[in-house]
Amino acid sequence: MTLNARIKIQRDGFELDVQLDVDEGETVAVLGPNGAGKTTLLRALSGLIPIVGRVELAGEVLEDSETRVRVPTERRHVGLVFQDHVLFPHLTVLDNIAFGLQAQHRADARHVARDWLQRAGLEDKATSMPRELSGGQAQRVALLRTLATEPRLLLLDEPLSALDVTIRAEVRRELSRQLASFRGVRLLVTHDPLEAIALADRIVVLERGHVVQSGTPEEVTARPRSRFVADLAGVNLLRGKAHGDHIKLANGASVAAPEAGEGDVFAVIHPRAVSLFLMRPEGTPRNVWQGETENVDLHGERVRVRVNGPVPLVAEVTPSAVRELHLHAGAPVWIAVKATEISVYPA
Amino acid sequence: MTQLRVPAALVALAGLGLLFFLLPLAGLIVRAPWNQAAASIGSAETVTALELSFFCSVTATAIALVLGIPLALVLSRTSGTLRSVLRALTTLPMVLPPVVGGVALLLAFGRTGLVGSFLYQGFGIQIPFTTAAAVMAETFVAMPFLVIAVEGGMRSLDPRYEEAARALGARGWMVFARVTLPLLRPAISSGAVLCWARALGEFGATITFAGNFPGRTQTVPIAVYIALETHPDSAILLSLVLLAVSVAILVAMRDRWLGAP
Repeated sequence: MTLNARIKIQRDGFELDVQLDVDEGETVAVLGPNGAGKTTLLRALSGLIPIVGRVELAGEVLEDSETRVRVPTERRHVGLVFQDHVLFPHLTVLDNIAFGLQAQHRADARHVARDWLQRAGLEDKATSMPRELSGGQAQRVALLRTLATEPRLLLLDEPLSALDVTIRAEVRRELSRQLASFRGVRLLVTHDPLEAIALADRIVVLERGHVVQSGTPEEVTARPRSRFVADLAGVNLLRGKAHGDHIKLANGASVAAPEAGEGDVFAVIHPRAVSLFLMRPEGTPRNVWQGETENVDLHGERVRVRVNGPVPLVAEVTPSAVRELHLHAGAPVWIAVKATEISVYPA
Repeated sequence: MTQLRVPAALVALAGLGLLFFLLPLAGLIVRAPWNQAAASIGSAETVTALELSFFCSVTATAIALVLGIPLALVLSRTSGTLRSVLRALTTLPMVLPPVVGGVALLLAFGRTGLVGSFLYQGFGIQIPFTTAAAVMAETFVAMPFLVIAVEGGMRSLDPRYEEAARALGARGWMVFARVTLPLLRPAISSGAVLCWARALGEFGATITFAGNFPGRTQTVPIAVYIALETHPDSAILLSLVLLAVSVAILVAMRDRWLGAP
């Protein structure tokens, strides 16, 4: 069973243009910032909004704008789990789960629903109303409600982002377990890299309606192709034109990097490879710029310092370095990056 | 939070407005022949009028529910010019003088009317001046109240509930019966109460289209108007009954559906 989708949607100056192929047994996370078109993509796959293109699931054409095929949502056997559960507020937890089974005219709907609740350890909530559940419980019930219908394609819209950070890990573990035992195609969209890395085998990065990168979580974070992913991975991403041993940025600044190659390239610099000095440093680093501290951000034992200058960069230093360098917003500072610490790859 | 001080002149005007509401009601209560109350309200004609009013207004509300909820659904799902036209048509009876509504109903369903002539010649059915006519007149005038309330409820309904139901495999009718309708219950309840209250008080369209036949078309408001000429005391008492019903509705609505602001 595979999902093959080619989706184009154009409206209100926004364009979504995505080619997506997901195999059975693989969990794909579509990762992107808010407004990238993630939810629109899920709604299109569910048949809630019409598309230009073609959606094929397990060999069956669900939608094809050329042959004007369009299977309505209720006949797609597509399970859609919303960001904030959308449980029916007037039905008990049990009836919420039984709803989809009743739609399939199954006489044992409530019996099967009870089994699902039992397996999830939520049987004591069977007669509760959705408003009586905690956020985590509601989201788990919403997932059960969808899984109970045994969809061929499972679509999860930011399944954890509406939850408290404190319970997110717990729900994520359960979600991960449920995903592993789900037979069908699994697709989730999220803006949270942790969610994507924890749950997905493959990440598709979506920005402004277009796929900018795709690969395993390791591949994507090691070689970001967009500022969004670079920020997620916590690294500095530069883009410019390589000329042998240096890269020329769009603003004219030059960054030395051995074997940069030729043409359009990305350069990744880890914040730990960025050193800060009060005075111009002498010695090996070939990349030295003067800048101005924009902000100082404490992350546990490490401090992230964003420095503006010809090459704006984030540096990661120790708290004692912050004191010694008198770093604060607006403070002048020198930045140095060893050329060998810069990894370059074609854009 | 500090409240803005209202200028004294405005307070005076507000008091005048309130007095204008209260004085007629006070008049009713002061002038009511309380010693005859039981006998007058218990009299055969009064009971008949009350029963008929109750029957007609409840039937009109039931018809409004059956036709008005689907109408509200269609209204809430259309847009553009069509919506404006549909909306104008459904709300017209709210602003139309009821007596004009009665004349219009006569022209449509009267013996020589658009549909009425066909009904009369084809089946010998004559609608005007029957209880059915009274029900129709009340439905005509009162249904918009229900449609507007339910349409408002539908517009404020999160569409994702219906989307979730469809994604779970529910077809149109199941989505409507198991999700849309139950979620609309507050809007339907308040709309039905408003509709019923309007039907209960209906006078102009009813007397024009259904006339004044005790036991058949003489509802309480018509009985009040007629009695004012002959038995003013019983007119006052009947008015008090309608007043009590209105107050009861207001109280019930505030507590159960409108909620404290």
